[in-house]
Amino acid sequence: MMLPDPASTGLARVRKIEGSALGLRTPAFAPEEGAGDLLEVSLGPHHPSTHGVFRMDVVLDGERIVRLKPVFGYLHRNHEKLGEGTSYLGSMPYTDRLDYLNSMTNNWAYAIAVEKLAGIAVTERAEYIRVILAELSRLLNHTCLAGFLMQDCGCSGTPLMYAFREREKILDLFESLSGSRMMCNFQRFGGCRVDPSAEWLAATRKLVDGYGAFLDEFEALLSGNEIVMARTQGVGRLPAALAVNAGVTGPMLRASGVGHDLRKVDGYGVYPRFNFRVPIGREGDVYDRYMVRMLEMRESISILDQALRGLPGGPILDPKSKQRGLRPKAGEAYGRIEGPKGEIGFFLVSDGTGNPTRYRVRAPSFVNLTILEDLCLGHSVADAVIILGSIDIVLGEVDR
Amino acid sequence: MILAAAPASPADAWLERAPVLLRDALTGWLPDALRPWVAALLSIATILGVFGLLFAYMTLAERKILGRIQNRPGPNRTGPFGLLQPFADAIKALTKEDIVPRAADQVLHFLAPVVLVALSLIGLAVIPFGRNLVAVEMEASVLYFFAAGAATELAIFMAGWASRNKYSLLAAMRALAQLISYEVPLLLSVVPVIVVAGSLSTTDIVAAQGGWAAGLWPHWHALTPWGFSAFAVFMVAALAESNRSPFDLPEAESELIAGHLTEYSGFKYALFFMAEYLGMAALSAMAVTLFLGGWQAPLAVLEFIPSYAWFGVKLLLLLLGFIWIRATFPRLRIDQLTRLSWKFLVPLALVNLINGGVWAATADWTGAAAVVRWFISALGVVVPFIFLARSLSAGYGPRTYRYASP
Repeated sequence: MMLPDPASTGLARVRKIEGSALGLRTPAFAPEEGAGDLLEVSLGPHHPSTHGVFRMDVVLDGERIVRLKPVFGYLHRNHEKLGEGTSYLGSMPYTDRLDYLNSMTNNWAYAIAVEKLAGIAVTERAEYIRVILAELSRLLNHTCLAGFLMQDCGCSGTPLMYAFREREKILDLFESLSGSRMMCNFQRFGGCRVDPSAEWLAATRKLVDGYGAFLDEFEALLSGNEIVMARTQGVGRLPAALAVNAGVTGPMLRASGVGHDLRKVDGYGVYPRFNFRVPIGREGDVYDRYMVRMLEMRESISILDQALRGLPGGPILDPKSKQRGLRPKAGEAYGRIEGPKGEIGFFLVSDGTGNPTRYRVRAPSFVNLTILEDLCLGHSVADAVIILGSIDIVLGEVDR
Repeated sequence: MILAAAPASPADAWLERAPVLLRDALTGWLPDALRPWVAALLSIATILGVFGLLFAYMTLAERKILGRIQNRPGPNRTGPFGLLQPFADAIKALTKEDIVPRAADQVLHFLAPVVLVALSLIGLAVIPFGRNLVAVEMEASVLYFFAAGAATELAIFMAGWASRNKYSLLAAMRALAQLISYEVPLLLSVVPVIVVAGSLSTTDIVAAQGGWAAGLWPHWHALTPWGFSAFAVFMVAALAESNRSPFDLPEAESELIAGHLTEYSGFKYALFFMAEYLGMAALSAMAVTLFLGGWQAPLAVLEFIPSYAWFGVKLLLLLLGFIWIRATFPRLRIDQLTRLSWKFLVPLALVNLINGGVWAATADWTGAAAVVRWFISALGVVVPFIFLARSLSAGYGPRTYRYASP
């Protein structure tokens, strides 16, 4: 209930919100003197809208948030330490479980790190397949996110079900290719595990050709909806400076107006061969984050189209390449790609043995989550829920 | 030769009089002193039975329709087409453990669902479901109905407060804000109807909507410009009053778990649902009565269909609208909810008050003057709507996006 004794909890008067470590905290809301009692509510870990076992400890003045503490770690599985005790190949299926919506991109980032460490070259066909799978994964992720965000906005499941219908189609493709819908364990060092058949490619082509129509429908129903615009515009503004300083990456950073996309910056894989644009937002609010993802999906469709058309023949893996018992020379490597949620990177240190001595994951959801309080202060509980939804977190990756 | 005996007026058709004949048959043998009491009990039993069943099948219809809108079949395992699902749900709710939090206010926690259902039901007493089919004839039945309806939000507040749960408390706060905001436009939208019909009695209001202009256009209030505006305001406010999407803030699932229902389980939880659906049905029935001609048939040639069937059809159509809206819209935020009421619905309803007054004062205009009358009334709706809507959606709108230079 109401806090028993405001003085003892120290919450009664939030006179000044301390500056963040970055010194760039957004204009904070501080209740004026004589404001009413504050209410401390724990949103989560059992809450319909925390996207997993995540907790927000919020202090409310009425419905307005004056303090928010993200609490996570409920899903900690010792991922990084496990990586140090496992062979290089053995960690590949573990990376599936980081961001469990996008095992394909997790695999790829990890494969790049190992390839850099051991100096393995990737076959051209495999590069194309990786691009196809990564872009399919991006479609899947952004589609799900849009559905979840609308659910957080209070829709009774309709947009979510529409989104999941499309997601299922992509998962079906993943399943027929890798044998698993979500835990694909698909990439290998220097290439990938299975060569897609002509039927699979035809099915993918069909999906890609039909996806634009789905996006048109989804956007016609939601992007211009009065309530959606009223709920999301001007909510959870993330200034570009704060985004850059906090290390925010991915669609969230681009929604704040920073045109940073590793597919362009690093040009890894065969991305430089494709024609695509990087949409950026202006306001950096929830609506921009949603729209940037919708526009990104259109670009993904275009990349997929080009990649499917230009897919070369040849092997998917150098037959002589070594997967098991890989012992890279002592050294370190950092492999990163533009995952659907942002920069996903793996840092590996080898001492010449079969396991990495240091295995570190740069998880985009985790880094993007650090600015949650800055985004939520001064907004209501209802806004906090959609702000969290627009950050796009997966707790498997945040907690690792 | 059987067909030759067509009744002179639709009111005399035996199907039309069936409910009255049935009542007379059931009570006819009783002594005179007892007869009104038994008749009253009969109407109570009928309303409870009909609306109880309506509630049961509304839940099924809602789940089915939501399912179809969302590309899934909806419940279809219990009985043919899932028709026994409501009964399975009822058995489940009855056999579940009833958990009351230790910290809760035991009495209020128990009372809230009971009071809520009772208050949702009593409004139905004054609705004329058909010709001669009204449980209680009352001079000020419209006032009675809204007084009973306003009290339901208090029961929600009771539930939220008694649960001693923070989510429930927030829900209770929201429920009160919603009550105060939407009671006003709801009542204001009804006033022009009362002015035009010249009566507070639901029976008289329905009677005032009888007949057809040029034999085709029913005299329903919703089919006049001022009436349409009032009907729209009434329905939006009714959505909010019955806590339905997009105004389901007190039980906002994605924000407040289940709001005031968080600490309720088992049959009490089911009672809340029952109250929600009954409230929805009562408000829809009132909307039919006030704006859609009550039990009147839309065309003279269709009058052979009994009046209560017409009432049922209109009621079900409005309820379908509720379900459809739920499947379609996201939820508003509490400040937007109150803003919509105070800055849009209330001014619109106030302007409409004058509009309705003008309509009532010009009741004797005929011929070309009737067209002018329509034009004035339409102007009185469209102009304020445009002005108010513009100010309401100020500050947001569609955006264009740039692309990063390569």
